[in-house]
Amino acid sequence: MKPGDEIPPLAVTPDRYLTVRYAGASGDFNPIHIDEQFAQQVGLPGRILHGLYTMAQVARAHTEAGGGPQSLKRLSVQFRGMGLPEQELVVTGKVRSVDGGLAVVECGCEQGGRRIIRHAEAELRLPDS
Amino acid sequence: MAVNTGVIGKTYPPAHYAVGREKVREYAQAVGESNPLHLDVKAARAAGYDDVVAPPMFAVVYALPALWPVLFDPDVGIDFSRMVHGGQEFEWGTLVVAGDEITTTVSVADVSERAGNRFYVFTSESANGRGQTVCSGRWSNIVRGAR
Repeated sequence: MKPGDEIPPLAVTPDRYLTVRYAGASGDFNPIHIDEQFAQQVGLPGRILHGLYTMAQVARAHTEAGGGPQSLKRLSVQFRGMGLPEQELVVTGKVRSVDGGLAVVECGCEQGGRRIIRHAEAELRLPDS
Repeated sequence: MAVNTGVIGKTYPPAHYAVGREKVREYAQAVGESNPLHLDVKAARAAGYDDVVAPPMFAVVYALPALWPVLFDPDVGIDFSRMVHGGQEFEWGTLVVAGDEITTTVSVADVSERAGNRFYVFTSESANGRGQTVCSGRWSNIVRGAR
């Protein structure tokens, strides 16, 4: 990995019931994620993805690029806009610097041309070489 | 009512979470992990771990129980109906595996108000039963002003 390299993009389309499974798996049952009527009543287009689910996709793109869960040292994200079920999410990242066995990757996640995670930065531990 | 900056520095009692094998697998499947370290005990043991390895973002699962008392603390005074998750940072240490008992302590790092919106930053420190740090978190929430 060297500055300017891009990590392999990760694309995933959460299915219609993903937010229900993620709510159960994570323990976050906020109704804006699982109740269509409630979400619309509070002015959303419908149920929205959990931000931390989307962040998990950004994390997964990096652990897959880095060779496993031990490779991800740090991840920082800003949530912007809303992620929706049944639309493709695409995570991309570009290596900004490599120093002392650590790569810093500028990354983000977009859906339908909207960047729903931006100003994100990951630190990856590089394998000894 | 003005935002209560007096809560900055407040620390809450630690919350404990016992990491179960099937919970790790359930979480890993929900987020689409395919790495057998998260799903297959034999693969995890062959790689030198005691049990299935939690994906890094499983930090949400063991840290959230420590966050709820802060989010509902009347001294903090969050209006849940107007809250959005603004940002999140995690830094990871030792990997978490099924069988670990994780202790998480949460503090209020910052509370502020700008242009009618309120900003809350909480920090979480999670350690395993051997006292090793497994994850430090920084949770930023925004409560939009009423218009």
